[in-house]
Amino acid sequence: MTETPMKVERYTRTSRVGLPVAAVVIIAAATVPAWGSSVVTKQAVTFLTLVALAQMWNLLAGYAGLVSVGQQAFVGIGGYSLWVFSNKFGINPFVCVPIAGVVAALFAFPTAGLAFRLRGGYFAVGTWVIAEVYRLLVTQITWLKGGSGVSINVGGISRGTREAVTFWLALAVAVGSIALVYLLLRSRRGLALTAIRDDETGARGLGVNVTRSKLWVYVIAAFGTGVTGAVIYLNLLRIQPEAGFGLNWSALMIFAVVIGGLGTIEGPIIGAIIFFVLQQLLADYGTWYLILIGALAALVVVFAKRGIWGSIVRRRPIDLFPVRRRLCLETVCFPEAAPPPSSPTDLPPTLVKPAVVKPPGDGEVGPSEAAPGKLG
Amino acid sequence: MVWANDIIQGILLGGLYALFAAGLSLVFGVMRLVNLAHGDFSIMAAYISLVIVGSLKVNPFYTLLLVMIVMAVFGYIIQRGLFNFAMDAGPMQAILATFGIAIIIQNLLLEHFTADSKGLDAGRIENAFIKLSNQVVIGWFPLITLLVSVLVLFGLQVYLSRTRMGRAFRATADNQRAAQLMGIDNRHLYGMAMAFALAIVAIGGVFIGIRTTFSPSAGPLRLIFAYEAVIIGGLGSLWGTLVGGVVLGIAQVMGDHAHQGWGMLVGHLVFLAILAFRPQGLFARQAQ
Repeated sequence: MTETPMKVERYTRTSRVGLPVAAVVIIAAATVPAWGSSVVTKQAVTFLTLVALAQMWNLLAGYAGLVSVGQQAFVGIGGYSLWVFSNKFGINPFVCVPIAGVVAALFAFPTAGLAFRLRGGYFAVGTWVIAEVYRLLVTQITWLKGGSGVSINVGGISRGTREAVTFWLALAVAVGSIALVYLLLRSRRGLALTAIRDDETGARGLGVNVTRSKLWVYVIAAFGTGVTGAVIYLNLLRIQPEAGFGLNWSALMIFAVVIGGLGTIEGPIIGAIIFFVLQQLLADYGTWYLILIGALAALVVVFAKRGIWGSIVRRRPIDLFPVRRRLCLETVCFPEAAPPPSSPTDLPPTLVKPAVVKPPGDGEVGPSEAAPGKLG
Repeated sequence: MVWANDIIQGILLGGLYALFAAGLSLVFGVMRLVNLAHGDFSIMAAYISLVIVGSLKVNPFYTLLLVMIVMAVFGYIIQRGLFNFAMDAGPMQAILATFGIAIIIQNLLLEHFTADSKGLDAGRIENAFIKLSNQVVIGWFPLITLLVSVLVLFGLQVYLSRTRMGRAFRATADNQRAAQLMGIDNRHLYGMAMAFALAIVAIGGVFIGIRTTFSPSAGPLRLIFAYEAVIIGGLGSLWGTLVGGVVLGIAQVMGDHAHQGWGMLVGHLVFLAILAFRPQGLFARQAQ
């Protein structure tokens, strides 16, 4: 009896080459503050934080199916935490960056407690309302200087040092967010998440605790968004409730992810690049860049729902961040590369599973498949 | 008596919110779509009225019919041209497409009309009032708003229960695929639902323009109030949206009375309390 040499592996050829290349790129990028002007460094921070925000939103929507339009809550909380801990409590502003993430994660629990009662589009608007509540609370609390906003005073730190360290922090959150999503997806919990992404009901049937997995993802995304918010305001040094909790943060992350490719790690990076380039090119034309990107996102989401990365992968199988295990027999591996992310809705209508009737008292309102709408 | 006045003003304000909520509820009921651009559509209607008023020099009330027609046609086109395809792509894609449209409308209005606040001048009716007592004063315009809102909901109710198209709406709401098998052209039907919703929200937009001022960034808040009214009232219940709007209105008026600037916050907190303790809303169609 002869045995076919068989092994299970994850790395692809691209990813084996990709990892060292990525390491070189990161090291090269880390030298930017040494040669780049102050403007270049600040722009680079804007870009890197956009990558991190997009990764975190993609983790929510692309993997846990949580379409939030309220992540600006955590950008604002991150920014205000930076100010509170550095200017009110006198902690080194750089140390405040991770603290801001912890604060955001703590706020994520009550937020999720309420928002998770809603599903689909109602969840989206629900998170948005809660973000508004945080904004209004900050506006009303005089200790936080109310609606006029605050300037963040970095104490005795010199401008050059602040800009350089802010840049390195931004690089760290960008790389960290990618690594976080990557490692998360390769973990046991990640397997559950991928299952939820592909078919929530099926995952539940296989014993995945869907609600807990989603809560976990929500808190992690809040942490990442909060840390990024702190870095953003370490760069800007002035925060107002209107801007910190503004809807435009959501527009930023959603458009970047949607254009790049929902449910992939590469997508948000590509989306962030496109967003940033268009923003810079159209910098002299007011908000036209947002109109253009919004239109692009609306078209991509409808007519190429896997985004740019998804469309590339479909033609040429490449996988920079392999999270799937593959079966290799001698020289052939199955599947050849990452298939485009699928969701139950990808199936033709006849293959969509019938709705599972939820037990009464589930406490969820909104578009559950089980509850057909009534009119009148 | 002060609180009585608060309640009356809250009820009147609720009438306005119901005008926003009815369209949102209709669209969700028929096609399971939460339209994130709903509030921006209403502000767009207010700007269309502003343009007509500017060129024809008429009272904004006379622009109402024209604005409703323009918005209905626009609604039909955008539903058939974009949202139908977005819904084919998936529920998440549909939400994201409406979000994209919301951001586009906000910024197009911003580029064309600047960020300045605008208002629609309806003349003397804006300040006319009925004085019931020293503390209770009812403005004619808010009263008209409430009456129009009740009339719209009543008309919608009759339309849904009595007409052929209304029956198709209800059938699709109950079971989209079965309705399709019975020969209902759901793409056309969705277009009609959006047209109706935008015609109704156009009234809301023009009325808000008369009542207060508006700016390109005013849309999201309209969406949020409409949404809160829908959830408070109970999903799927048309008259529930009026009750939801009234509860929200009373909460806001009382909140502002208690402390200047707290109105909106108290409104949101009442919504969150409902979400926490009675997530099916006050008037859920079916007990879950």
